[in-house]
Amino acid sequence: MYKYMIKRFLISIPLLLIISFLTFVLIHLSPLDPAEVVLQAQGVPVITEELMVQTKQELGLDQPFLIRYLAWFASCLQLDFGDSYVTGQPVWSLLAPAFLNTVKLTMVSALLIIVLSIVLGVVCALREGKMTDKTVRGISFFVTAMPSYALAAILIWLFSVKLDLLPTSGMNSLSSYILPVIVIAVSYAGLYFRIIRSSMLNNLNENYVMYGRACGLPEHKITKTILRNSLQVAVSVFCMAVPIILGSTVVVENMFAWPGLGSLSVKSILSRDFPMIQAYVLVLATAFVLFNTVSDMINAAINPKLREGL
Amino acid sequence: MPNFLEVNHLKVWDKSSGEVILHDSSFKVNAESCLAVVGESGSGKSVTCRAIMRLNKPWVSQSGEILLHGENLSFLSDKEMRQKRGKTMYLIMQHGMSAFDPSTVVGVHLYETLKQHFGWNKHEAAGHMSIAMKSVMLKEPMEIMNKYPHQLSGGMLQRIMIALALVLEPDLIIADEPTTALDTISQYEVLEQFLQLRERLGCSMIFVSHDLGMVRKLADEVLVMKNGVIVEQGSTESIFTAAKHEYTRYLVSTKQTLNDHFKSVMGGQGVAKR
Ligand SMILES: Nc1ncnc2c1ncn2[C@@H]1O[C@H](COP(=O)(O)OP(=O)(O)OP(=O)(O)O)[C@@H](O)[C@H]1O
Ligand SMILES: [Mg+2]
Repeated sequence: MYKYMIKRFLISIPLLLIISFLTFVLIHLSPLDPAEVVLQAQGVPVITEELMVQTKQELGLDQPFLIRYLAWFASCLQLDFGDSYVTGQPVWSLLAPAFLNTVKLTMVSALLIIVLSIVLGVVCALREGKMTDKTVRGISFFVTAMPSYALAAILIWLFSVKLDLLPTSGMNSLSSYILPVIVIAVSYAGLYFRIIRSSMLNNLNENYVMYGRACGLPEHKITKTILRNSLQVAVSVFCMAVPIILGSTVVVENMFAWPGLGSLSVKSILSRDFPMIQAYVLVLATAFVLFNTVSDMINAAINPKLREGL
Repeated sequence: MPNFLEVNHLKVWDKSSGEVILHDSSFKVNAESCLAVVGESGSGKSVTCRAIMRLNKPWVSQSGEILLHGENLSFLSDKEMRQKRGKTMYLIMQHGMSAFDPSTVVGVHLYETLKQHFGWNKHEAAGHMSIAMKSVMLKEPMEIMNKYPHQLSGGMLQRIMIALALVLEPDLIIADEPTTALDTISQYEVLEQFLQLRERLGCSMIFVSHDLGMVRKLADEVLVMKNGVIVEQGSTESIFTAAKHEYTRYLVSTKQTLNDHFKSVMGGQGVAKR
């Protein structure tokens, strides 16, 4: 098991290297000259040739590409992503608090998503084709089909404006979490509980269920076994859900004025703040790879067959 | 001696499609005797086995009488039925490989089953299982019980199911093609175990098989099925020597030609005796 974990972890390192390189390349493929962007952002009225050359030197842009990449990568390892072109502040000092806020929102949502999907998935699988199953699936279909900004708008109108129970925006108290978390959780749980449900139903037809029953094991034990086997599929899905939510909170964060990565990234993209965008992409990609690694490890812990595969 | 298991007018159908799977099956299994069920694929052998245990899928309905020791199983509540399963009637499955929960070691299933029926703790259960497993030629039982199903062979898993039967001591064992998924050598070994199982437990048995050679060795009576209908039943000898029904004669004769072929390939040596 430990051997597997170490191997799996080592594999993710070259992956991260490739990702960091691609991030760097993609940003530098942009037709805009960073020096020009910086000068524009600083409000320099007339951009002369000399000024451009000088800025390029300051930013180290006159160095060969590979050297620039290596220098950038080395500093990234120390969480130094350079300074924002726009404000001149270090990127990390802007990114870190936003990242933390988004992580908080994501974690709370992910928790709710996991609980909701498992409960709904199990209940629907056990009541397959009955009223409960049909109702839950009907509602979830409706809710997941609704764009999250529409759902957010309805909830804000109902709970914040009409009933005046919850704050409309910001991140001031625990109650600020309720609406954004619901909007995120509802749309994802609606998808994920189906995965659990269908996985439970597949397992229900397995021979080991028949044999368990034939040995007189009580239904609750059999359900537990089925759930344990179904969760194998779900674990990897859940683990991947975390970075997906991290990267897709843009709409919700903007709707609820949540001071997180989503809001920050939109701002940075609009102002072409390259170091910010680079850092944002790199942080998200790293989160993806890490969660993927973690999900594989958890899966290996539940599924002994996988352990031997690597 | 009264019949141990009596099935009267068993009808099984698929509720959703209305398709009738078993039309009107009636048969008996005497105490301490073995009834073999043969027939082509899809003839309803497995459905019959599951109907006796009341383990068919929820969309499959059944009607008719299933009398075990004179008690009609159809009238039992789910809970009473569950207490019978494992303890009184025990099913040995065709695919040992998929019969155990793949996410845990095989011991867990054994402990839970024995806890359910005897209230034993893990230690007691392991003790009883060890003895039973050794007697079906599974050496180092403790190690085997700590293995995952995929780490064991089909033959070993089949023998674990047999060992569990030895501990549970059911009155009726239903074995649904227990050897089909095995290679020839394991088939032979598992057959030996079945012969011993009958001897030791003195239980009744329903043995589903494609292998008429095995049937002849193990069974007292044979039931021949085709398309959900019992076309012939009688003592093993009469089925093999004087089958009345066309289909039975066909089954016996194809077996014979296969055997002859096998004999000629093997140079007519003693191997083909079974
Ligand atoms: N769960 C089910 N739902 C609906 N129909 C079923 C179900 N299980 C079996 N059947 C039908 O019942 C018939 C008999 O199937 P059964 O599995 O009993 O055959 P069998 O004699 O055991 O065949 P085999 O030798 O291949 O195991 C088949 O035609 C099959 O389509
Ligand atoms: Mg079958």
